[in-house]
Amino acid sequence: MSVCISRPEDTLIQRLIVLTQAGLPLLEDPWAWLAEQLGLNIDATLDLLKRLQAEGAIRRIAAVPNHYRLGYRHNGMTVWDVRDTDMPRLGALIGAQPFVSHCYRRPRRTDWRYNLFAMVHGRSGDEINNYREHLRYLLGDACGADEMLVSSRILKKTGLRLPPASR
Amino acid sequence: MDDLDRRLINRLQLGLPLVRHPWRVLAAELESSSNELLERLHALLADGVLTRFGPMFDIERLGGAFTLAALAVPEERFEEVAEQLQGLPEVAHNYRREHAWNMWFVLGCASEQGIAETLQRIETLTGLPLLNLPKEETYHVGLYFPA
Repeated sequence: MSVCISRPEDTLIQRLIVLTQAGLPLLEDPWAWLAEQLGLNIDATLDLLKRLQAEGAIRRIAAVPNHYRLGYRHNGMTVWDVRDTDMPRLGALIGAQPFVSHCYRRPRRTDWRYNLFAMVHGRSGDEINNYREHLRYLLGDACGADEMLVSSRILKKTGLRLPPASR
Repeated sequence: MDDLDRRLINRLQLGLPLVRHPWRVLAAELESSSNELLERLHALLADGVLTRFGPMFDIERLGGAFTLAALAVPEERFEEVAEQLQGLPEVAHNYRREHAWNMWFVLGCASEQGIAETLQRIETLTGLPLLNLPKEETYHVGLYFPA
């Protein structure tokens, strides 16, 4: 999972991250600002952004809402014990549901039997319960057990940052 | 928040177009002006409806190591343990969830070794057994909250 930073372009990416970690300035011409900061011309800057987005290093240049402020006060981490052989097909199916924001396979442990995680968000408890029911229906008898862990409090939220050693 | 704010929030979650003059394109799309949109965006950020506007890096592709972990914290120690994790820079988010495993957090470190050390430190610090659940496969990541 961990990839060492080695390509020459990665130095540029590092600078881009540091420059925009707090956000992109709200300017009519943001690329001109970025180009000046990076010491590139505007076309090269835009090409760099397009390339990074195509490669997936940048998912998109976007706004992140405080979902609580938009009324999404309910979120549930649904966890499922899915038959291993069915996982590739069902993981993709569950991940493709529009109300699932994150979907991962994780290991089972002695005191933890669930290997599929799907996060759902909604504006009411009923809404997320319905989502869970729908996922249960999709998984059918390939799933032995499930739970929904409802979040009741945010204790810390700083987001993922560049690891200090590579900053 | 009015209708234009909502349309702007929804549109900006999908991403700024990577064209020479992105705000002009959005202004045409949303039947507004660049200035108006930038002022609205500024207000939505200042007000906290939006938490950030900028490139969303897939930070995990740029190096580093990550995991999801959980603790089963006795109720009477919950605040104390939350404080202990609050102080660790490796802890990116931490949520209370209603379950026997009641504290769920994401760790981000420069290396796998950093993760192992941080998990060890948390076990020592709290004296609690820890559930370590690194992701093995990603099926989907993509938040979208229609305003």
